[in-house]
Amino acid sequence: MMTQVLNRLIISIPVLFGVLLLGFCLLILVPGDPAIVLAGPTATPEVVEAIRQEMGLDEPVLVQFLSYLGRVLQGDLGRSLISNKTVVSELGAAVVPTLELMVACLIWSIPLGIALGTLAAVFRGRIIDRAIMAVSVAGVSLPIFFICLMMIHFVGVQWRLLPFIGRGGPLWTVEGLRHIALPALSLGAIFIGPVARMTRSSVLEVLKLDHVRTARAKGLSETQVILRHGLRNALIPVVTLVGLQAGYLVGGAVVTESIFSYPGLGRLAVGAILSSDFPLAQGAILILALGFILINMVVDILYALLDPRVQA
Amino acid sequence: MTDTPLLEVDDLAVEFRIGGRAQRAVSGVSFTLERGRTLGVVGESGCGKSVTSLAIMRLVPQPPGHYAGGAIRFGGTDLLSLPEREMRRLRGGRIGMIFQEPMTSLNPVYTCGDQIVESLRVHSGLDRRAARERAVELLDLVGLPSPKSRVDDYPHQLSGGQRQRVMIALALANDPDLLIADEPTTALDVTIQAQILDLMGDLRDRTGAAVLLVTHDLGVVAQTCEDVVVMYAGRIVEKAPTGALFADPQHPYTIGLMAAVPRIDAGVARLATIPGSVPPPWARIAGCRFASRCPLASERCRTEDPPLRALAPGHAVACWHAPIEEAA
Repeated sequence: MMTQVLNRLIISIPVLFGVLLLGFCLLILVPGDPAIVLAGPTATPEVVEAIRQEMGLDEPVLVQFLSYLGRVLQGDLGRSLISNKTVVSELGAAVVPTLELMVACLIWSIPLGIALGTLAAVFRGRIIDRAIMAVSVAGVSLPIFFICLMMIHFVGVQWRLLPFIGRGGPLWTVEGLRHIALPALSLGAIFIGPVARMTRSSVLEVLKLDHVRTARAKGLSETQVILRHGLRNALIPVVTLVGLQAGYLVGGAVVTESIFSYPGLGRLAVGAILSSDFPLAQGAILILALGFILINMVVDILYALLDPRVQA
Repeated sequence: MTDTPLLEVDDLAVEFRIGGRAQRAVSGVSFTLERGRTLGVVGESGCGKSVTSLAIMRLVPQPPGHYAGGAIRFGGTDLLSLPEREMRRLRGGRIGMIFQEPMTSLNPVYTCGDQIVESLRVHSGLDRRAARERAVELLDLVGLPSPKSRVDDYPHQLSGGQRQRVMIALALANDPDLLIADEPTTALDVTIQAQILDLMGDLRDRTGAAVLLVTHDLGVVAQTCEDVVVMYAGRIVEKAPTGALFADPQHPYTIGLMAAVPRIDAGVARLATIPGSVPPPWARIAGCRFASRCPLASERCRTEDPPLRALAPGHAVACWHAPIEEAA
């Protein structure tokens, strides 16, 4: 198990390098000169040139990249061009709310998706199965921003049940929970569909297998057969799916946070890009990529825990 | 012990509803099995022997399957009218079952020990510790080497023969009175086959359980069974003590089957085959179901279904031409 984690860590080094490279290219390829942004609209060309030299933007691209790489490795991601705070401190403030949002999203949507999928499999072809599958198709096909807007429109504005702007505090406080509810519900909604569908087909597949017949021949009740011998084995592909969906989670967080003005990494990244705040944008992208790698690592570990054949 | 046989199958019929049509997989199947004896059920693929064994466990998937008639009595209790709860108590308890595919019949995500422990806890209410000790004992009983460490192995860490030993341990976990073995050695190579058959015979002698052995292999029957039922296209065509069946087979199908067994003294001639193939279960055949492949088929065979009738004590055959004077 440890060697597996270690292997994953080693494999993720080139990925991180690639992310750094792409983030750096952002600076060069995107229109808009950071020196001009920093100097402001009224600055003279001399001032802009001075800033350019100070920031090392006149050096060859390769030199710039290597010095950037060197700084990143020392934990220095630069300063935000807008707020002039260090990128590390800006990111630090945004990471916790985003983690909270992801936890709040996954904690209800994954179990619910699995439960719905299992129910649909057990009652295959009956009305309950069709209802669940209809809901999950809706979940798969509705875009996240639409779900967010509907949540704001109905739950937030018309019924005035929950707040829909910003963060109310840490997750364990009542205000924190109230504020995170709508973003977490919206973001989670996109997971239920795929998870329920995958669980359903996976459970149906597993229930046909020989070992399930053995479980029945042991005298287990149907519930025991489904939960212990059906669902447990069926979860293996579901976990893989959740790992693959991690990209949607990150992307969905960007949209959700922007719509709900939730002060997380996603909104930070969007704001940084829109205001040409390159150091901050690079940092945010780096952290989001890191998050993606970590999620996949957790998935791999879960995979090995669920399926002993993987460890060998 | 009473005089009632351990297992009585009486005129059993099982149908599958596929595409709105009821198709008989098995019909008119009757046999009895006494304690401590081994009954072989032989036939080609698709003759209904597996359905019969699953039917006794009431494990025929319903739907599409359903019981179309007959009775199965186990120790005098009619299994077909037993509530599901009671039936569950018998499954894995007084009736143990071994399946054909040891590679896929064990759950890959649990250790062998856990799978045996699960069965023990369901039926005998042992605590985890005691069940585990019993599981090690069982693995030792079925001849798995170093059972103390093997108990924590996952199925993929064992060979096919070892997995089948685990399956047997699982089936024997709760001292069953009846062991149903559905092609227990088919997926194994020949030397392992012999070991597993020896093991089953040995365990039967030690525990006094009755064994219902479903197989397509006449060699296996000759080696292990006291009585044989030969099935063809969902019916019993011949029923006899093993000795009588091999010495004097009476149904042309049985004779054909025996002729098809490769013999070491027969030189390099082509193996004998039975021409044609088993009619599909949905075929509605007026006469004998074997008539289209039978060398002796007469007009009567094609129009009238031969009933199973006794030729000698314990030896019954469903053929108009029986007794056949000189067996192939």
